[in-house]
Amino acid sequence: MADDAGRRPGGHIGQPHVRIDGRAKVTGQARYPADEPTTNPAWAYLVISAIARGRIRGMQLEAARAVPGVLDILNHANVGQEVKSPMGPDGKPTTTTLESDRVWHDGQIVAVVVADSFEAAREAAYKVVVDYEAETPSATFDSPGVQAEALKTDATHSYPLKGDAAAAFAAAPVKLDARYETPTQHHNPLELFTTTCVWDGPKLTIYEPTQSMWGLKAAVARQLGLDLVNVRTVSRFAGGGFGGKGAPTSRTAWIAVAARRVKRPVKLVPTRDQGFTIATYRAETQHHIQLGAERSGRLLALSHEGWEISSRPSSYNVSGTTTTARMYACPNIATKVSVVHADRNTPGFMRAPPDTPYMFPLECAMDELAHELGIDPIELRRINDTQTDPVDGKPYSSRSLMKCFDAAAAKFGWARRNPQPGSMRDGDWLVGYGCATSCYPSNIGPATARLSLTPQGKAAIQLAGHEIGTGAYTLMAIVVADRLGLAVEDVQVTMGDSDLPPVPGAGGSNNAASTTNVAAKACEEIRHKLALAAVQAGAGIFAGADPAGLKLADRALVGPGGRREPLATAVSRISSGAIEVHVENVPQGLAPDAAAALYQGKMSMSRGAERKDVTAFAFGAQFVEVRVHRRTCEIRAPRAVSAFAAGTIVNPLAAHSQYQGGAIWGISSALHEATEIDRRVARYVNDNIADYLIPVNADIGEMDVIFVPEEDHRVNPLGIKGIGEIGIVGMNAAVANAVFHATGRRIRKLPIRIEDLL
Amino acid sequence: MRPFRYEHATDRAQALQLATTPTAAAAAAHVAAPVQYLAGGTTLIDLMKIDVMRPEVLVDINALAGQHGEIRADDAGLRLGALVRMADAAAHPAVLRDYPAIAQSLQLAASPQLRNMASLGGNVLQRTRCNYFRDVTYAACNKRSPGSGCAAMEGVNRRLAVLGVSDRCIANYPGDFANALAALGAAVDVEGPKGRRVMAFEDLHRLPGETPHVETNLAPGELITGFSVPAGPWTRRSLYLKIRDRQSYEFALASAAVALDLDGGVVREARVGLGGLSAKPWRSHEAEAALRGKPLTEASAQAAAEAAFAKAVVHGETRFKPELGRRTLVRALLQCAAMEI
Ligand SMILES: Cc1cc2nc3c(=O)[nH]c(=O)nc-3n(C[C@H](O)[C@H](O)[C@H](O)COP(=O)(O)OP(=O)(O)OC[C@H]3O[C@@H](n4cnc5c(N)ncnc54)[C@H](O)[C@@H]3O)c2cc1C
Repeated sequence: MADDAGRRPGGHIGQPHVRIDGRAKVTGQARYPADEPTTNPAWAYLVISAIARGRIRGMQLEAARAVPGVLDILNHANVGQEVKSPMGPDGKPTTTTLESDRVWHDGQIVAVVVADSFEAAREAAYKVVVDYEAETPSATFDSPGVQAEALKTDATHSYPLKGDAAAAFAAAPVKLDARYETPTQHHNPLELFTTTCVWDGPKLTIYEPTQSMWGLKAAVARQLGLDLVNVRTVSRFAGGGFGGKGAPTSRTAWIAVAARRVKRPVKLVPTRDQGFTIATYRAETQHHIQLGAERSGRLLALSHEGWEISSRPSSYNVSGTTTTARMYACPNIATKVSVVHADRNTPGFMRAPPDTPYMFPLECAMDELAHELGIDPIELRRINDTQTDPVDGKPYSSRSLMKCFDAAAAKFGWARRNPQPGSMRDGDWLVGYGCATSCYPSNIGPATARLSLTPQGKAAIQLAGHEIGTGAYTLMAIVVADRLGLAVEDVQVTMGDSDLPPVPGAGGSNNAASTTNVAAKACEEIRHKLALAAVQAGAGIFAGADPAGLKLADRALVGPGGRREPLATAVSRISSGAIEVHVENVPQGLAPDAAAALYQGKMSMSRGAERKDVTAFAFGAQFVEVRVHRRTCEIRAPRAVSAFAAGTIVNPLAAHSQYQGGAIWGISSALHEATEIDRRVARYVNDNIADYLIPVNADIGEMDVIFVPEEDHRVNPLGIKGIGEIGIVGMNAAVANAVFHATGRRIRKLPIRIEDLL
Repeated sequence: MRPFRYEHATDRAQALQLATTPTAAAAAAHVAAPVQYLAGGTTLIDLMKIDVMRPEVLVDINALAGQHGEIRADDAGLRLGALVRMADAAAHPAVLRDYPAIAQSLQLAASPQLRNMASLGGNVLQRTRCNYFRDVTYAACNKRSPGSGCAAMEGVNRRLAVLGVSDRCIANYPGDFANALAALGAAVDVEGPKGRRVMAFEDLHRLPGETPHVETNLAPGELITGFSVPAGPWTRRSLYLKIRDRQSYEFALASAAVALDLDGGVVREARVGLGGLSAKPWRSHEAEAALRGKPLTEASAQAAAEAAFAKAVVHGETRFKPELGRRTLVRALLQCAAMEI
């Protein structure tokens, strides 16, 4: 097995490589699911509820049916029995749609109009009149009628407790006690939540952008009572996911039913505003943080209590206290999280689901404590830095947090910061510097893949992997080329189809670790076969040699002393066509049948915070400068520096984009994004991207990214920690801390807006 | 979106004829007429797609650019044809030099793509971005369905108005260019079945009052052909300041179009327009009066700002807007006074 943890001299891992699918993408050749050609498709348009709670008494469909071209209108009265209710992102019951007359939330699917054209379906949908028996909904925290539920430890979340945090806090010489809030946010990937369903006899093909091909396949098979072999999902490219395409949603099964009823392929392209309610989102959260410290800055007590919104039936939660309890050395820790059930759609994964909303309060609180103590915020982190998990004393697989702070601080020019809030100015602009810790647990799942190699030196790897914009095709090509001693261009990568060997859903930054480790294992099997054949052959330069001493490099089998046998010779010895292996990789700590379970659509995950041997996180430090106009209080963030240490970096070019995108999103999350809810009716109001703000180019200036070198031999064989999520995590608090430094105003609720500073 | 008929007018006469039908004439308001002119379509088609506007006929007037697509500047002032594209007006040398407030109000609006498409006539007639107006599933909107109420009054209303609002409607006029026109005392040329008329730009839009659905003083079927901005010693010392959450591609939370004629440091004449937070394109005669004859200082600018917002009415989330509006105006006035011309 490749045990040299990632990079090796002369290899491709760690070398920047342009995307092998880049040209296809920019020339429109890359086929996103809604682009897949289908024969004579009909078009679906969704009718969604205009109330957040109640029942459907009836529907007037005559006018809609009369629109020329309308083929069918699915609603609870005619198809309600045809599907089993879907499961939420946590695999447990969630809100329903056409299964009954019940309305759980605003914008719930209540009918599906199918017509010959998109325009006819839309026109007819506008003519559907729904007669509701409305009930008063509960919108969010503090709305009458919401129900709080305290969470208990389960398979994915724990609520660390250690020592006596309350007593230690009470006795601490310095105390920080504050409450924080983060808003509702929606992913809004550019590509909408499309679904196309095509039946061929008993076989159903679903073209849908997804971060979990096998998860979607299994979910729809269960809902429709189909054998798994009869459901195929295809998603060769997804136009952004950010978690929003991670969990199956209710729309898919209904489009399949519609296609069966009209006996034609059916294509759904929902609208932007429908995406706010037919898919998931990041729920708003509230936090209570108590930090107790010595005058020296050493932490004595940390208490973090969180509250999160979910729908009525689902207890989906992110419970980021699993992370915040593990950031700093602290003898007394108390954490607790409650879900607050409201009349809302079920939330789900969104970039760094637990860490983004939970690290914001912790990292603001650390900044507040530093200010209170008169200690530099970086030094306060250094004082409380640790190489062992404060919850249970396990070692970190590696932790380079302070290296990240030091590298980023130097590049940023932190030394120029006058610690006095409001002291730095540039003309009419108040200038503030802020920083915060970033982190993300290193997760890895079981994965499978098929790999072949020809005597001509062409390799092909196939797996049901996900390209959601991260550069996943290129990642595979680099690793295979590296391990087989080929050029990156010699590797053909096929992904995005559930007919291929399963891998876990692309989420929680597991993708790179899961897929590269199985790819490396497949390469090792091929090397082993070639080496074995070479040493067992009667003739040949390696006859009788030790197979372990033979490596693949530069299109050859290479032995000790640099003796080489061309790949053509080595491969032809076994096959004149190609040799192929099918490989399963089950990471340490997972059940032996974890790969078998993948074939049932069941994913298990080795989670960095919950491993038995080590605690595995990637760490980073994020710095930002903000400027606040002294009169009109616009807040701008013209430059930022982020440093990360995340083990082996396979493709620094793609990693740079990931980090940068994350950091930009952090600024967005701190200053721009919020889904506004009309509390009277529990409805999203700014459900479009003119009003749901994200930064435009003019909002983002210098964006520096620093790769802090880190070799991690314990996290997984290739030493990969995952980089997709960490970029956003620290930036929220860094911005809030910089706003404090610029203005002296501590804003504990995101996003920070002009009116907070007037 | 509902089916509609598309007509293409080759000249003004044909456009007017196509838009003048008995049912159109009987419509309650210009915006409610079953026949609507189609210029860039960036407001109209949007509103049709979301079912807010349901015209039966669209009369494409883009071919009228030959007649009404000119930009002309002379001693009397600036003439802008209704079919001039926003981008062209924003980049015109005479506009940039002599009417910077107008150029900036256009440069800071929307996005390059939209500015390339959108016409000045359509621009001034853009409709509110109030979310309750734009979502037909909210029953209560006096602008969309007269007498139904106003969901915004106690709803999510941060982007809405505090000047000129009524107890029927707090929608804001979202555009930028129109505030500069109002400030500079522009006039609008209108052609209708009964011939040509000229209106003060300030009179083009109506306050919501009891009838927020009417919006303008245009009769159904009337066509805007152009705008004229009178020359004045203040137009060169003018600017448009737009305050928003992000740096670009967002409507104003507050904006100010100001023009000053200074004698030494003393204000001979001031022109003040306000936007983002008013029910219609807004000229503040109160602020202008407060400035006239005074040295332009922080204190006099502040006094003008107080006068401009003396009658502001707030609802829920708009509570911060009078203060933001005042600060925006003060900043604009001081910046304008400091301009080197
Ligand atoms: C995402 C987005 C962001 C935007 N941001 C801004 C911004 O920051 N600032 C800003 O000011 N604007 C902004 N806009 C609005 C934009 O400027 C207007 O949509 C545009 O100017 C309208 O011009 P048009 O030619 O496309 O009008 P159309 O959509 O063609 O017409 C609008 C209305 O005017 C009528 N009409 C058009 N021409 C005439 C005429 N000559 N006579 C009589 N009636 C006529 C039409 O019948 C229609 O009812 C934004 C728009 C969008 C979509």
